[in-house]
Amino acid sequence: MIHETSITAVLVFLFFAGTVLAISFYLGAKAKSAKGYFAAGGHIPWFVNGIAFAGDYLSAASFLGICGMIAFFGYDGFLYSIGYLAGWIVALFIVAEPLKRLGRYTFADALDNRFNSRGIKLAAAISTLVVSCFYLIPQMVGAGALIQPLLGFPHYVGVLVVGTVVTLIVVTAGMVSTTWVQFIKGSLLVCLCLFITVLLLMRGFSTADKEGSRQMRAGVPVAEVTGAPGVQVLPAEGAWADKPFVRVRDDKGIVKVWKKEAGDTLSETQTLTVLKDGSKLANGLPRGKGEGQGDLVPVGYASKLPGGVKETGPVGPFEFFTTMQDSEVILWGNQKIVDAEGTTTTVYFQKPTEGKAFMAPGSSPTFSKVKSEKFSDKLDFLSLMLALFCGTASLPHILIRYYTVKDQVSARKSTVVGIAAIGVFYILTLYLGLGAMTSGTLDVTDSNMSAPLLAKSFNSFLFAVLSAVAFTTVLGTVSGLIMAASGAVAHDLMTNFLKIPMDDVKKVRSAKIAAACVGCLAMVLGILFAKMNVNFLVGWAFNIAASANLPALAMLLFWRGTTKQGITAAITVGMLSSLGWILLSAQAYKDVYGIDPTTAIVPFSQPAIVTIPLGFAVLVIVSLLTKKSTPAVAGTASA
Amino acid sequence: MGGLDFKPGAPQEEEDEAIVRYNTRLGVYLFIAYVAFYGGFMAMSAFWPEVIGSPWLGGVNMSVLYGFALIVVAIMLALLYQKLSRKPGDGGAK
Repeated sequence: MIHETSITAVLVFLFFAGTVLAISFYLGAKAKSAKGYFAAGGHIPWFVNGIAFAGDYLSAASFLGICGMIAFFGYDGFLYSIGYLAGWIVALFIVAEPLKRLGRYTFADALDNRFNSRGIKLAAAISTLVVSCFYLIPQMVGAGALIQPLLGFPHYVGVLVVGTVVTLIVVTAGMVSTTWVQFIKGSLLVCLCLFITVLLLMRGFSTADKEGSRQMRAGVPVAEVTGAPGVQVLPAEGAWADKPFVRVRDDKGIVKVWKKEAGDTLSETQTLTVLKDGSKLANGLPRGKGEGQGDLVPVGYASKLPGGVKETGPVGPFEFFTTMQDSEVILWGNQKIVDAEGTTTTVYFQKPTEGKAFMAPGSSPTFSKVKSEKFSDKLDFLSLMLALFCGTASLPHILIRYYTVKDQVSARKSTVVGIAAIGVFYILTLYLGLGAMTSGTLDVTDSNMSAPLLAKSFNSFLFAVLSAVAFTTVLGTVSGLIMAASGAVAHDLMTNFLKIPMDDVKKVRSAKIAAACVGCLAMVLGILFAKMNVNFLVGWAFNIAASANLPALAMLLFWRGTTKQGITAAITVGMLSSLGWILLSAQAYKDVYGIDPTTAIVPFSQPAIVTIPLGFAVLVIVSLLTKKSTPAVAGTASA
Repeated sequence: MGGLDFKPGAPQEEEDEAIVRYNTRLGVYLFIAYVAFYGGFMAMSAFWPEVIGSPWLGGVNMSVLYGFALIVVAIMLALLYQKLSRKPGDGGAK
């Protein structure tokens, strides 16, 4: 769909970005010391840190990706919400306080606390950089993909705007300004989603056509379509042979595609055709908003409501779900057809689906294998849920936030606030996603736009505000990632591994240079990966983080026999095995290399269920083998 | 909260081995409880999808209720941990 540029959205975004930049420059002059730069001096109040956790963690993937997945497929998107939130339990109960106790600025500090080992520093720094990069790419590409429909600029502008603003935020005042951008974003996001959910419950459901949308026809007898005056049925040959579609050309020369259904009936579809010269046709017309042009029709509606009513009126929070379960909603499937002349047509077709089917796990292509009888198919699902559970507490940009509060009590309290804010948000994603599914504003070509378009179904100002907030979600997460990466370079690699002598001023300067370099790298990657489907990179980042970092962190805390060689080996093996598994998986074959996924070497795509235990096993074996060479240290030492 | 630059003084933290040990043990117990709850959800979704997709309390699907419960229980366990864990000055093991 072609989305109109919202000047209000641009103004709201400029106001937000201007405010955080002004705060950053104001604070920049004060962040002179390394502790001030890396950890905001350890002075951040626990409540602010808790909300900043939410701002750091709730990325574009969380907000737009989950809402979009729920809007398109139902309950399955909510599985990510559950996994992402559950991961915070590991952070609170296992990681938060020891990490604060053991470290100073970075994750490597905590791991290396007992040992003073260059191997650990190097391995932890590389793991931080790898995970941060895997996480950075989808955020930057997401910024580019969002700016076009939301604010009306081309992809690279989105990447450059986010890259520049975030680099300025990080370079000026480091963790202090990063905290502010995350705090503001986290508060805005949770409050706005809560507000929209209330509006949604007050509106209830209706089967009536929504403004600017219409219900597509279904159950139309074949003869009514093919026998209409002036209509010519195109032969089902070439790429269209054996497809469940009927193409008809009307008297104006416009080709429409219908889908064959049971009982000699047809249902209306929508088509997006890309001709060989790159020009596009939407539903048979040149794509555009002008005279003689056309665009795809916004969709998303309930076709049947419980009791046969046309409208429910306001619904309660639980009635919302029972209504959805007993309704029938028109979901959309798609099929891409490339013909011999090089024309690519994507047919979007209706899939009337009962609520019972899409309100349970297994409704999306990602998780459909959960219903398979084959055990290895189920392992993919279990492995991803394990990675989400274990990955959160291993993400470097989350871990460094623990150094910004004054003590362990504050670390604990801020995690509780973070869990509450993030938990409320994730509960809301199910309302927002299902609300978008029936809002009449869905864009069949872009699931990521579902949440902003849901806001549009209420009014255009809400759309503008939500669009701007969606875009700024990228700022909060990317600033955290760049902070983590710059800390790994300046503190772990330059100061601790390479032993380059630096005073506080020099260390802050090198961290700022590192942040600028990582910022530039992020922009380059964001532009290079523009055409690639990168959503799965977030899942991969969780897998790598969980496999490389969690075994080392957990065993360091709970097994006194852990040696420095064991930690180094666990990080290295966990990182390389998970990365290698991912690159040899069916998902990488399909989405990265574009080759037949059935030829993939590894049996399922998500490695965590194998590589996390592998990391633990390597740590134990190597530690046992090297036990004598490392003096055991009782208890924990302070940083 | 101090100024924009977060500068109210930060006193040096005092360590108490007994408190650390108590909090660690408490955290591990609560963690195990949650892992069991989360594991139950994973197992039901993977091996009994038809059960988890059926209506339950108040007619709402078990998948929705269990999913919400996982989030709400996480928040409640976090608050419980906050309530039960000890901070410097509380003394050692009880």
